[in-house]
Amino acid sequence: MKPPRLNSQYIPLVATGVVLAVLYVTGGCLFPNFFSLRVLVNLFGGNAVLGVAAIGATFVILSGGIDLSVGAVIGFTSILIATLVEEHHVAPLLAISLALLLGTGFGAGMGALIQRFELPPFLVTLAGMFLARGLAFVVRPDNLGIHHPFYAEGINHSLALQLDSRVSWPFAATCFVALFLVALVLAHYTRLGRNIYALGGDETSARLMGLPVARTKIATYTIGGFCSALAGVVYTFTTQNGDPAACVGKELEAIAAVVIGGTLLSGGVGFVAGTGMGVLILGLIQTLITYQNLNSWWTVIVVGLLLLLFILLQNVVSALSGRLDNTARHG
Amino acid sequence: MRPERFQNRPVRWWSGLEWPVAGLALLLLFNLTFTPGFFHLELRNGHLYGSLVDIINRGSPVVILGLGMTLVIATGGVDLSVGAVMAIAGTVAAQLILRPGFSFPALILASLAVGTLAGCWNGFLVTWLRVQPLVATLVLMVGGRGIAQLLTNGQQIYFEDARLVFVGNGHLLGLPFPVLLSLALLGLTALLTRRTALGLFIESVGDNPRASEFAGVSTRTVKFVVYAFSGFCAGLAGLIDTSNIKSVDANKIGLTLELDAILAVVVGGTALTGGRFSLLGTVVGALFIRTLTTTMYAWNVKSDVAPVPKALAIIAVCLLQSPAFRRRLAAFRRASPS
Repeated sequence: MKPPRLNSQYIPLVATGVVLAVLYVTGGCLFPNFFSLRVLVNLFGGNAVLGVAAIGATFVILSGGIDLSVGAVIGFTSILIATLVEEHHVAPLLAISLALLLGTGFGAGMGALIQRFELPPFLVTLAGMFLARGLAFVVRPDNLGIHHPFYAEGINHSLALQLDSRVSWPFAATCFVALFLVALVLAHYTRLGRNIYALGGDETSARLMGLPVARTKIATYTIGGFCSALAGVVYTFTTQNGDPAACVGKELEAIAAVVIGGTLLSGGVGFVAGTGMGVLILGLIQTLITYQNLNSWWTVIVVGLLLLLFILLQNVVSALSGRLDNTARHG
Repeated sequence: MRPERFQNRPVRWWSGLEWPVAGLALLLLFNLTFTPGFFHLELRNGHLYGSLVDIINRGSPVVILGLGMTLVIATGGVDLSVGAVMAIAGTVAAQLILRPGFSFPALILASLAVGTLAGCWNGFLVTWLRVQPLVATLVLMVGGRGIAQLLTNGQQIYFEDARLVFVGNGHLLGLPFPVLLSLALLGLTALLTRRTALGLFIESVGDNPRASEFAGVSTRTVKFVVYAFSGFCAGLAGLIDTSNIKSVDANKIGLTLELDAILAVVVGGTALTGGRFSLLGTVVGALFIRTLTTTMYAWNVKSDVAPVPKALAIIAVCLLQSPAFRRRLAAFRRASPS
């Protein structure tokens, strides 16, 4: 028989899967077209920005930290790319690489501050949020559409996969799925992934085990910064637009997706796959509320409730596994 | 004889205030030199006007939020929901004022009660369900604005009622009414925490919850009370903000003000790890932030770009407070004797 602790770890993940399935089936029963290919494709395409951001947030949260700068970095990246491409006529791929590089460096900088000077992550990334948002407005104070052929033709047509005569799989969704697969490997099959889990589980133990705590911590925020920047790139793909005010509060949605996906906010426990499902759950809620013709504020209320539900579930699970630990130790 | 580990604790009310006051003074000095008319005060219709009055007036909501946040942070927690709670309380006030015949004191009580209730909810999650504060208050931060919009049905509400408008715009004794409200709250909070054992309990819970539990302090009650108080403060701030603009838009009221409140607390010298707090420091911190904002407006910096200096201020303050940074600085000084 498997040890019970291993099982209890999977309870939130299973719960996430059940919620996802229930939501999807409910939608299918309520609305005639819900099971159509178009809805499914829109679910991935429409939530690609959130998905990419949430995958970055997963690593940061797994390491026991938090990143509040996600939305601001998305805004900064998107307007930077738009301005470079449209006003300075930089090649789109070059602009995108530059934006990714800056975002990654930004994350690394925040990680370095957190690690070297033992500053609280939530304050440093809060400052990062102010900084990135302010800089986005310095780059350009209003939004700018991107009409370069690379976007109009390449992203929209050549790189999109035509599934049938009317539905095509957008490139943004491909980015989301590709990053998801890379993240799965990184989290579960690499040394860095194991180190991040160890760091989030117990920093002191990780240090005593001789793991490179400092390097891992900085690497985590670097991954977070990269993912935020990539989310900004994906934002320009889906909207063909750069906007310094884009995605205000996206970090909270990303954190919500991570928590609903069964990752413990205290770090050390969680799954990239869970985050993927969490993102789809948030997307499904949005779709259902639109289908039901309910007002948009119901989305935040339902997301808030779901967040609460999963936090409570996590508490029950950790209390349960704590008790099992104790019985294993004493009895 | 004070126990050894408490010997370095601040004893005088002003100790620890040097840094925030120095920062504020530096900023004011900059304005004295470079911004013409910054210190200009005038008495119009018996009311004081001028940039300085504007700073303390506009800074009032952050001062009020900051007072509640100070106590929460002193217990080692944080309250992210204050902005959303402001929106809920403001919405309730604006809804009730449009009901003919609803008594005004009852309206004020109702919106303060709603704020306090929201705080109690946070306290309930943190104490009874043992959810981490950052996460527990995140729930209301995400969902709270939805609740406020649900109450207004997504509409903006406008009102003209003189009594409600007075809360945010009125003058008393030559001073703007919000300033008097925040002064009163500061006095009340200082009295409750420094003249009763409550302040000591809060610091002990933040310093070491286990030890204070063993010493007979009810950790749960103390934590519950500070979250409820933070909710109350958010209710009051929401009332002022709503009254100030004579309308309520559930999407806008108090947006990102939770960050300003946390920033005010940190600038004021209250450690995020909990265990000690400075109410006056928070007030100075809130005024510092507001002065920074007003200075930038005076220099025609666009309000969208304003977060950049704010961010740099956070980082600078954090670094100055960080023991690791101080150690490195000291090592650097030793390494390079002048």
